[in-house]
Amino acid sequence: MSGTSTHGHDTSIVERRNPPFSPRRIGAMVLRYVYLIRGSWPRIIELAYWPTMQMILWGFITLFLMGHSNFIAQAFGILLSGVLLWDVLFRGQLGVAMSFLEEMWSRNLGHLFVSPLRPYEMLVSLMVVSFIRTLIGLIPASLLAMMLFGFSLYSLGLPLIGFFFNLIVMGWSIGFMVSGLILRAGLGAESMAWAVIFAIAPICGIYYPIDVLPGWLQSVAFFLPASHVFEGMRAILVDGAFRPDLMFNAVLLNIGYLALGMFVFLTFFRSARVQGVILQVGE
Amino acid sequence: MPEPAIAVRGLSKHFGPIVAVDDVDFSIPMGSATALLGGNGAGKTTTISMLLGLLLPTKGTVSVLGEDILRHRYRVLPRMNFSSPYVDLPRRLTAAENLRVYAQLYGLSNIRTRLRDVAAAFDLGEFMDRKVASLSAGQKTRVALAKALINVPDLLLLDEPTASLDPDTADWVRGYLKDYQAETGATIMLASHNMGEVERMCDDVIMMRAGRIVDRGAPAELIDRYGRTNLEEVFLDIARGNGHGDDWQKAAQ
Repeated sequence: MSGTSTHGHDTSIVERRNPPFSPRRIGAMVLRYVYLIRGSWPRIIELAYWPTMQMILWGFITLFLMGHSNFIAQAFGILLSGVLLWDVLFRGQLGVAMSFLEEMWSRNLGHLFVSPLRPYEMLVSLMVVSFIRTLIGLIPASLLAMMLFGFSLYSLGLPLIGFFFNLIVMGWSIGFMVSGLILRAGLGAESMAWAVIFAIAPICGIYYPIDVLPGWLQSVAFFLPASHVFEGMRAILVDGAFRPDLMFNAVLLNIGYLALGMFVFLTFFRSARVQGVILQVGE
Repeated sequence: MPEPAIAVRGLSKHFGPIVAVDDVDFSIPMGSATALLGGNGAGKTTTISMLLGLLLPTKGTVSVLGEDILRHRYRVLPRMNFSSPYVDLPRRLTAAENLRVYAQLYGLSNIRTRLRDVAAAFDLGEFMDRKVASLSAGQKTRVALAKALINVPDLLLLDEPTASLDPDTADWVRGYLKDYQAETGATIMLASHNMGEVERMCDDVIMMRAGRIVDRGAPAELIDRYGRTNLEEVFLDIARGNGHGDDWQKAAQ
C-alpha cells in the first residue's frame, strides 16, 4: 500500500511514525485557534476590549482615591497593577476554557480524538493559545494605562515576568479543571467557564492586603498562588522591595496546581470515554 | 491465515441498566467492505465508537489493524479515519483551513499536495475558501469525507456516509469509495440505513438488533436466505424480529 494511485492517494506523504509527544500536532491545534481568532475581527477586539475598560475604570477610581487615601497616594498604580494582573489570571483561565468550549460547540471533539492527537497535547495547545489571547488583551491595556494615567505596569521590573507566569499558570490549571468538568457534565455547565474564577477573586487580595481577611480565610488564601503574587506586587509598589519568598511560594503552589489541573482534566476525559459523551457533545 | 482488520471478542457496553451492545463477536478481513446494519438503537454507533476507542467497553476486546485498541490505540489512529453525521468540523473555519489542520494532525509531509488532491477528488475547489457554516449539507458531507481520507487510511469507519447528499452525488461518492478501496486495499466498515448503498458497496453485512448480532452474510446470501428480493426487505424482517436472525445467533453460540 504505497505509491500514488490514479486518484492521487499517495501513502508516502503519510507519517506512520507516531511519537508520543508531537510539536507538529500541537502546532496544528494552535493553528486551528489562530484561524478562529483571525477569521473574526469582533473576537480580536473583544480580547482587548474588556481589559481596557477595566483599566480605564480603575484608573479613574485611582485618580479619585488619590486625594482621599494616603495608601493609594503613596503607591500610585496599586489598583491599576491589581486590575491588569488579575486580568492575566482571568484571561489565562478563560483562554483555556473558551478554546475548549469551541470544540464542544462545534461538535468537533469526535474528529479530534480519533486523530493521533493526545489529550495532553491538546492541553499544551490550549496553554499556547491562552498565552496569545492574554497578551492580546494585556498589552494594549497596559500601553493605554501609560498614555491615560502615566502609569507603567512595566515599572514592576523583572518580577513582572514571574508575576505574569504564576498568574497565567494558575489560570490554566483552573481552566483545565473547568474544561474537564464541562466535558463530563455537558454544555449545561458551560457558565462555569466564566463563573468559577470569580470565587477566588475576593480571597486572593487583588486590591487589598490579605491581612484584612478573617483569619480562617487568610489560611485559604495562603494556598492560592495568586495571593502570593498580589502580596509580592504590593511589596514592590509600597515598600519598593522584591519578596523572593512570596515568588517561591507561588511557584511551588503552581507546580501542584498545574499537575492537579491536568490530572482532573484527564480523569474527566477518561470518564467521558466510559460514558460515551465525546460523540454526543454539541449545541 | 491473514490477520483481520478488525477482531472483536465478547464486546459489551452497558450504560447503567441499559445494555447497548451485548457480548458481540466478529472479525472483518483486511481489504473488505462490511456494513453494520440495524434499526435505531441496535448498537451500531456504539460499536463503531468502541472500534474507534472513543468509547470504553464494559467488557470484551477489540483488535484493530493488529493492535489492541484499548491499550495501543495511538499506534493505529494514524492509519484510521472516520466520518459521521453526529460529528462536525468547526463551522467558523473554511474547508481549506479545516483540512490543513487535520492534515497536520495526521502528520502528512506534503500537505499542499494532499489538499489539492482531495479538493480535486471531491470537487471542493469552488468552496475551499468558504467557511463551513456557509456550506450546504451536501457540501459539508463532501468536506467531511475529504477529511476522512486526508491521511489515506487503511481502515475507514463511516457512519451514514452519504447522508444529506443528492442521489447523483451520493452515487458518485459510493463509486469513489469503491475505487479508493480497490486502489489502496483499505478496509471499509460503514453503518447505513440506505440498503441500496450497502448492496452496491459491501461484500459482507452484519445485522444488529438490540445490541446483538442477529445475522451475517453477503447481501445476496441474506436476500436468498430470507426469500426476499432486496436487502431492505431483509432489514425489515430482522428489525421486526421475523425470520432467521435468532436461529443464526443460536448457531453462532
